[in-house]
Amino acid sequence: MAKKLMKGNEAIGEAAIRAGALHYFAYPITPQTEVAEYLARRMPEVGGVFLQAESELGASNMLFGAAASGKRAFTSSSSPGISLMSEAISYITCAELPTVLINVCRAGPGLGGILPSQGDYLQSTRGGGHGDYHLLVLAPATVQETVEHIMMAFDLADKYRNPVMIFADGLIGQMMEPVDFDAVPVSKPMDHSSWAATGAKGRDPHIVKTLYLNPIDNEKHNIHLAEKYERMQVEARHEIYGGLGKPELIITAFGTSARVAKTAIDQLNEEGVDVALFRPITIYPFPFKALAELAKKKHVKTLLSVEMNSGQMIEDVRLATQSKKPIHFFGRQGGIVPSPEEVVEAVKKLL
Amino acid sequence: MQREVKFAGFGGQGILSAGKFLAEAGIEEGKEVAWVPSYGPEMRGGTAYCTVVLADHPIGSPIVNAPMDLVAMNRPSLEKFEDTIKPGGFILVNSSLIPDRVKRTDVTEILIPCNKEANDLGNRKGANMVALGAYVACSGVIKLETVLSIVRTEFQRKPQFIEANNALIKRGAELALQALEAVL
Repeated sequence: MAKKLMKGNEAIGEAAIRAGALHYFAYPITPQTEVAEYLARRMPEVGGVFLQAESELGASNMLFGAAASGKRAFTSSSSPGISLMSEAISYITCAELPTVLINVCRAGPGLGGILPSQGDYLQSTRGGGHGDYHLLVLAPATVQETVEHIMMAFDLADKYRNPVMIFADGLIGQMMEPVDFDAVPVSKPMDHSSWAATGAKGRDPHIVKTLYLNPIDNEKHNIHLAEKYERMQVEARHEIYGGLGKPELIITAFGTSARVAKTAIDQLNEEGVDVALFRPITIYPFPFKALAELAKKKHVKTLLSVEMNSGQMIEDVRLATQSKKPIHFFGRQGGIVPSPEEVVEAVKKLL
Repeated sequence: MQREVKFAGFGGQGILSAGKFLAEAGIEEGKEVAWVPSYGPEMRGGTAYCTVVLADHPIGSPIVNAPMDLVAMNRPSLEKFEDTIKPGGFILVNSSLIPDRVKRTDVTEILIPCNKEANDLGNRKGANMVALGAYVACSGVIKLETVLSIVRTEFQRKPQFIEANNALIKRGAELALQALEAVL
């Protein structure tokens, strides 16, 4: 198939179908409603189910149920909707169910606005709901990469029996870009018959639970989960872009802000300013080691985190670099995407 | 090479689809493309606009505050975006609905009465396609034939629309080339 011009939200729906995820539960919210619109039409064509829930609470608990049966299921929402789903996400993580959630992030806090934002960085990388848990979080920067990440997300969810989140934003959801589905390896659902709740006729029951009243058992389960998050660290992915060989300044940025940074870096490199981008592709696990390696190089004098929030990722940049180099911040909020010109200016102020 | 154009007008003028045809044509010619709509509160009752970025390299920031060209389909769009266009760019003005002229002298103004031309061709809703044809012809950003072939593909299932739309595009192109000749 040739490249197809698609809205990010539609590509999300199509990618999930191609990954064999035929159970979708959702409640509409701008700027991701086109995912539901697309799947309302597409799911019946492929024998799948789209069920519009009465609320995000409903949708996320339907997801919990479907995932417990071992089927590939997913949901999508935007920031306030994800907050409403947080309780179920905590339960799903405790029950160790593989599933995928897509957050097409909009500006918060509160009802906020409908324009693109990265204000949910800490919410998604630190868990978001109650208890000790993490989601594996992928942060695509283009529509094509979003498709790749959705395929990866279902595989990773199966591998770790843990929910995986795609951290998109309103721009990725609303924008149209060429998509080549054939260029993306297709993810195949894994056999979950050893634990899934599929009806116990003729076998011992499988128990999917989140209640551990005995503190010894609960601690054991928490330690087991912590070990899993430790194992997940090998999934950390990143990209290094630009630079003229010995960058003095490293921009750290993910998703849409990384794209903006790339344009700024192209311009700066052309002017002979040696600046490079470090882009976390997974924001949990954060690529700590790779950033530490890069930042400790002698020629790197300073770091600049560019984000569409108030500087949430700085926490991880600090952890990675142990604050050995100064870390600065440039960001826009409220639904405003920073411009490459603003980023160039922010870099020049530091050099 | 990277070139950006903003299509702007009222909701319902076919702004977003004109941009989409251009983006599709860009893909057809092997370019990198991004189509970015306005989906903010301004969509309700005010101006609707989209930006199309065409490039021969991966597109960095898809949001461009200063695009190269503007296709203004109504008066508020011209007022709002005239000053944002890069020097040397084109501003295509739908003179059927816009009595004003471009004030800047560092851009090329192309006046096309898009609604009148569409009406004359018996297609009241086709002003956007006249504008699309005009923009493609004066900017030369892609081949006119590519846009015509995209229309043939897009309306495969409604073949009655192919000739009508392509007539509008060709008419826009013809007028734009005439206008361009007069300016140069």
